[in-house]
Amino acid sequence: MISEMSFLERIIYLLQQYGTSYLKGAGTTLVIALFSTFIGCLIGFAVGIVQTIPVDKKRDSVAKRVLLKIVKIILKAYVELFRGTPMIVQAVFIYYGMAQVFGIQMGMWTSAFFVVSINTGAYMAESVRGGIISVDPGQMEGAKAIGMTHFQAMIHVILPQAFRNIIPQIGNNFIINIKDTSVLSIISIVDLFFVHKSVAGALYTYFESATIVMCIYLTMTLLSSRLLLLWEKKLDGSDNYELVDVMGIGTQLGSERKEGR
Amino acid sequence: MDQQSNILNVSHLVKSFGSHEVLRDIDFTVNKGDVISIIGASGSGKSTMLRCINLLETPTGGNIYYHGEDITNPKLSVPAYREKVGMVFQNFNLFNNLTVLENCMIGPEKVAKKDKKTAKELAMKFLEKVGMEQFINAKPRQLSGGQKQRVAIARALAMEPEILLFDEPTSALDPQMVGEVLNVMGTLAEEGMTMLIVTHEMAFARDISSHVIFMADGVIEEEGTSGQIFGNPQKEKTKEFLSRFRNL
Repeated sequence: MISEMSFLERIIYLLQQYGTSYLKGAGTTLVIALFSTFIGCLIGFAVGIVQTIPVDKKRDSVAKRVLLKIVKIILKAYVELFRGTPMIVQAVFIYYGMAQVFGIQMGMWTSAFFVVSINTGAYMAESVRGGIISVDPGQMEGAKAIGMTHFQAMIHVILPQAFRNIIPQIGNNFIINIKDTSVLSIISIVDLFFVHKSVAGALYTYFESATIVMCIYLTMTLLSSRLLLLWEKKLDGSDNYELVDVMGIGTQLGSERKEGR
Repeated sequence: MDQQSNILNVSHLVKSFGSHEVLRDIDFTVNKGDVISIIGASGSGKSTMLRCINLLETPTGGNIYYHGEDITNPKLSVPAYREKVGMVFQNFNLFNNLTVLENCMIGPEKVAKKDKKTAKELAMKFLEKVGMEQFINAKPRQLSGGQKQRVAIARALAMEPEILLFDEPTSALDPQMVGEVLNVMGTLAEEGMTMLIVTHEMAFARDISSHVIFMADGVIEEEGTSGQIFGNPQKEKTKEFLSRFRNL
């Protein structure tokens, strides 16, 4: 029967028989990618911020400098370890290793979120650090000159600008994660790729199933990049601004004034 | 000298970058209401000296006393000191992510911990003073250089500093925009603001200053009243430097 169908007929057959499985797999892929990109960004920001804390040899205590140095070395090691090894190996290492060596049964879902999150975090840490140092040093000087501490300057001035600069990187990581969660099928996560392997293996329809899965992946990534572009535009704000009527200034400002007209 | 009116006392200030000694044994005093211009050739150490005063550069040696307190002492809080010593930069350094109003409000609100309403009033008061109250909703990238610098002055003033440092405030501006910034500075001087100005605008320095410091090769070569330095300079280097500005 299936061997007598044409290419298109097979695809339609697969969609009819396994459409919901494909969609569920795609859903799993999206959930892991979204959640892990989010957590990865939080990790990345934390690491990037710590990495860029300046040390003042004269004013900081020895204890603070030593502690900071140790923390920075540990974070650097984390970044290098997870950027420098394949995620598929990390997944196996953590899923099986945790159980065998430490006796911690993480479960495949926890392992999946864990692996993708810390992997993304390692990449984002470097992006965030780059985003921070790419902000004009004059911005930090301006902030210091009005009496801001390093922390205040980061929160109010540097990070908002760094964040804007690294949104493309966040989008990049999200799209990479949509695709790379496919390696999690090695620890039996039923994502889109796992569904493909099952379907293709059962019916010997490798090419047809791969075509469907390619289309689903591409739809997800294209939609994501469009949405991210819209988000960027929104953050950039309008190119226009309104002059404020000079009369009666000091009592009514900006939007409040407009309402009064 | 009246101890009350003395704000800053710079004593034996030294700054070197590696083996390059940029400032050598700098001594001078700033009293309340002084308008001091610092002039000299590029590379003579003027800007470095100004940046040492609010510790954007860490002095290599010597002391800076603010109301008798040594600010080079590591135990002293630098941010608290900088609140009282405002700075205006050559490249404005306005916060690009904030509007004009937010630029001027963030210091009073987040650093001086004033409530939002008071911070807004302060910001508006000084934006009006520099004639930028119409532009409160604009972002820095939408302003001209002269407008940016006037906002930067308002931002510094909103912290209600005791003394304002100007680091070549007009050097990055087109000639037709220099005037609007100098006008604002002139008004401030008339109102008794204590100012320390690094500048290449000789006519302005001559007219506005109560005191002029001429720097050459990292030392204060000559200092005196505006009349003394511009009218009757004593040192050869001062004469030579000023001779380039014949139209004074």
